[in-house]
Amino acid sequence: MREVDVEVVTKAVRDLCIEVNHRFRDDHVAALSQAILEERSPLGCDVLRQLQRNGEVAAQDGFPICQDTGYAVCFLRVGQDVHFIGGSLTDAIDAGVREGYRDGYLRASLVRSAIDRVNTGDNTPAMIYTDIVPGDQLELTLLVKGAGCDNMSAIRMLTPADGVDGMIRFVVETIEKAGPSASPPVTVGIGMGGTFDLAARMSKWALTRRSGTPSPEPRIAELEQTVRDAINRTGIGPAGFGGTVTALAVHIESMATHIAAFPVAVNLDCHSHRVGVWTL
Amino acid sequence: MSPVRHLVAPFADRSLADLRAGDQVTLSGTLMTGRDAAHERFSEILRAGGRLPFDPNGQVIYYVGPTPARPGRVIGSAGPTTASRMDSHSPALIELGLRGMIGKGRRSPEVIRSMQEHGCVYFGAVEGTAALLGRHVLKADVVAYADLGAEAVFQLEVADFPVVVVNDLVGGDLYELGPAAWRRPQDWER
Repeated sequence: MREVDVEVVTKAVRDLCIEVNHRFRDDHVAALSQAILEERSPLGCDVLRQLQRNGEVAAQDGFPICQDTGYAVCFLRVGQDVHFIGGSLTDAIDAGVREGYRDGYLRASLVRSAIDRVNTGDNTPAMIYTDIVPGDQLELTLLVKGAGCDNMSAIRMLTPADGVDGMIRFVVETIEKAGPSASPPVTVGIGMGGTFDLAARMSKWALTRRSGTPSPEPRIAELEQTVRDAINRTGIGPAGFGGTVTALAVHIESMATHIAAFPVAVNLDCHSHRVGVWTL
Repeated sequence: MSPVRHLVAPFADRSLADLRAGDQVTLSGTLMTGRDAAHERFSEILRAGGRLPFDPNGQVIYYVGPTPARPGRVIGSAGPTTASRMDSHSPALIELGLRGMIGKGRRSPEVIRSMQEHGCVYFGAVEGTAALLGRHVLKADVVAYADLGAEAVFQLEVADFPVVVVNDLVGGDLYELGPAAWRRPQDWER
């Protein structure tokens, strides 16, 4: 058994909040450069270059990449031989978010209830998912998720008869409905299979994969290509001003499901795609 | 692409007529900010027959909730938020002479009709270029609703603030025209 003081987690979350809000991960930088090569609309290219420049200015001058510094979504993979000491793990993560958003001059964007809309003042609580895995390691992935694109996400319970074609059409429909509001070019996370809720969870997790890394399953990897091509046919383009690059990457996570079910969830992330990983 | 146009806000009466959807524009001068919570208050005031914290006549409103400024800085990151959430409030402001709005995302048919009728242009700022846009802000003063924090109404002094015309005065809509020009048929449409 390995003991981990939750104080260490607080520090890691704090640092990640500041890091990912100011600096794009290298895979996203590469995805934007690739998009400039692929984009055929001059205005679209101009928008992509602005996005690239924005990332550079943010890192150099200490401005957050986007003013919507988002929900702090934490995915924890906890080795089953880890024992946490020193207090509540959830409280420790929230403390990290509180310190990171304060020290990084990041915007507090969470309200305590969907109804009364009172700002919590420190961007807590974090949105936390936990998986228990073999071993004694701890992996924490932080996805900083803006609301504009989360609002444009969708889930549908397809039927087995809808098939892969039905799934592709649902994804394209979601992208077209979102149009400029999801802040394209988007990263698209798709959860396929499982249950209603697990599909949604997988779709969010899919966003954290390194941009453009194909699924290890060849059939799924091929489907990711097909879906990206279909999305890019919409012509929505960078910022929704028209163009040939609407999705930077499509990542699909899939799992077993029921003989009568075909759940599909589509979670969109804006072009300010902010994610980071810490391991212990 | 046509060359970039320069405009000074607030706008004089005739300066907007020849703008077309897709034109790139840089704005200098003064912008007012306001987003969800401030617009709720504007509408409450107008319903009660009161006076707004600023006269919208000729002004440009920017839908933004900036990040806190670091010490020694004027403002933090200041990119646009989704404009459609302000749709139900916008026509009343447009009727009072509002001449420009800056945000991202589509507007409702009601807002677009009101814009054409009264002469107001909707500009898109490139969302997610918050750090870049923050650099174009020379001065930021809270003029109302300080209690709303990032959602307060600020008066911003800007220089060469880059935007693109989305909805012009003659019915052009970049969110329709742009994608239509680049759209290719899907497999199921061929």
